Amino acid sequence: MLRTNLTHVLSKDDHAKLLQENENVMICCGRMGPMCIPVYESMEELENEYTNIKFADMEFDTQDAEVIRNLPECSSFRGLPFVVYYKNGKVVKATSSIQSRDQITEILDENFEKVSV
Amino acid sequence: MNNHFDVIVIGAGAAGLTAGIYLSRAKVSTLILNEGAVGGQMVLTHEIANYPGVENISGYELARIMKTQAQKFGCVIKSNLKITSMTLEEKTKKIEVNNKDIYTSNAVIIATGGKSRTIGAIGEDRFKGKGISYCATCDGDFFQDKEIIVVGGGNSALEEAVSLTKYASKVTVIHQFDHFQALQHYVEEAENNSKIDFIMESKIVEFIGDEKLTSVKIQNVDTQEITEKQIDGVFIFIGYVPNTENLEGIVELNQWKEIIVDKNMITNIPGVFAAGDSIQKKYRQVTTAVADGTVAALSASEYINEFKKELSLVNAV
Ligand SMILES: Cc1cc2nc3c(=O)[nH]c(=O)nc-3n(C[C@H](O)[C@H](O)[C@H](O)COP(=O)(O)OP(=O)(O)OC[C@H]3O[C@@H](n4cnc5c(N)ncnc54)[C@H](O)[C@@H]3O)c2cc1C
Repeated sequence: MLRTNLTHVLSKDDHAKLLQENENVMICCGRMGPMCIPVYESMEELENEYTNIKFADMEFDTQDAEVIRNLPECSSFRGLPFVVYYKNGKVVKATSSIQSRDQITEILDENFEKVSV
Repeated sequence: MNNHFDVIVIGAGAAGLTAGIYLSRAKVSTLILNEGAVGGQMVLTHEIANYPGVENISGYELARIMKTQAQKFGCVIKSNLKITSMTLEEKTKKIEVNNKDIYTSNAVIIATGGKSRTIGAIGEDRFKGKGISYCATCDGDFFQDKEIIVVGGGNSALEEAVSLTKYASKVTVIHQFDHFQALQHYVEEAENNSKIDFIMESKIVEFIGDEKLTSVKIQNVDTQEITEKQIDGVFIFIGYVPNTENLEGIVELNQWKEIIVDKNMITNIPGVFAAGDSIQKKYRQVTTAVADGTVAALSASEYINEFKKELSLVNAV
């Protein structure tokens, strides 16, 4: 399991359930590595700002992570983490490699409306 | 929340966190403002084996411990923000961040470290994570049995070129000079590896592909001749640049944009100190950043004590 405070997606079933129960979802699929940690950290902070989005992580090196690894949107990706944004179960955006908090915020604002507490 | 602190530290890498630990422990109220993830370059290091007292630790873990240690002493740390303006010349220093919050202090320690140098060639941004990488340990396994290029001629470039031969079928090292800057044993190890080829006195001028990187244009710096090479991936290790771009014209920098300090980490501006990889120095390591952070914190503490004494004298009159 990844050492983050995010919701952990541990299986394909978890993944399906998460998409079914939440309209807006961001999943960061990676390792505890230098390109991934800053993304998890940004997500942990953004979780309090974007209450209408479910923020989750998934360990890249598990069999079930093929639900992310094998997405057509990720077919050209060659850098960790693979980050996928879903709306109503459909992929609306996917990124490869490290992203800054500003870059993530831009994607969230473009694809989901902001509902803060 | 009170937005005035005795000291504001800019940067939460090894130097900034150490300064935070020393200052907060000495009951000097301290705020650390950090642009990226807490830990700075330490987080980019999979394994640190030369930090005395700890045989082997991941950079992430070492950073996490330093952060907890600083917070335990009362240091406030704010990360993932952007500093939009700074007034450092006045007695009261003022720093504004991107959410419009304004923080003030009597002293500032600049510990902004450095970042990977990019090539700046056409397509570099577009293919980041789609063939271009700056981290061999993170992304090496995407290039199993593929042909890759490593750009650079220093220790990191040659060390990573050798380590990438675990995955890649062939590694071509491209370097802009006719000789390497790396230590001899890194050069020998790379030269003795049958999977590694070298293209010297050359640089990449363009990254080409559709969804992902498929080729690069390489220019010979001597003849200016450009050739195209089919490639699956490019790893870039061409050194670091100090994060001092927003200090130009404010704090004195040398020709490489490193901050000029004296042996007590004092800059040209009263009440402004600097530490770590962003200052003018020869060796950039966690241990040296920690040492600089300590000296800067002690100097800032002394400055704050003098400042408070002066203030109480003025108030007494
Ligand atoms: C891949 C790699 C491997 C390494 N391996 C080792 C090793 O094994 N052993 C060793 O001793 N050293 C190693 N080093 C070197 C070591 O990590 C650095 O010398 C040291 O961490 C520098 O610390 P620092 O605090 O000066 O700067 P940094 O770690 O760069 O931290 C600076 C911080 O300031 C922030 N910042 C930058 N600009 C601003 C701004 N304008 N406003 C606010 N915040 C800002 C950054 O986001 C960052 O968090 C390695 C470096 C790398 C890149």
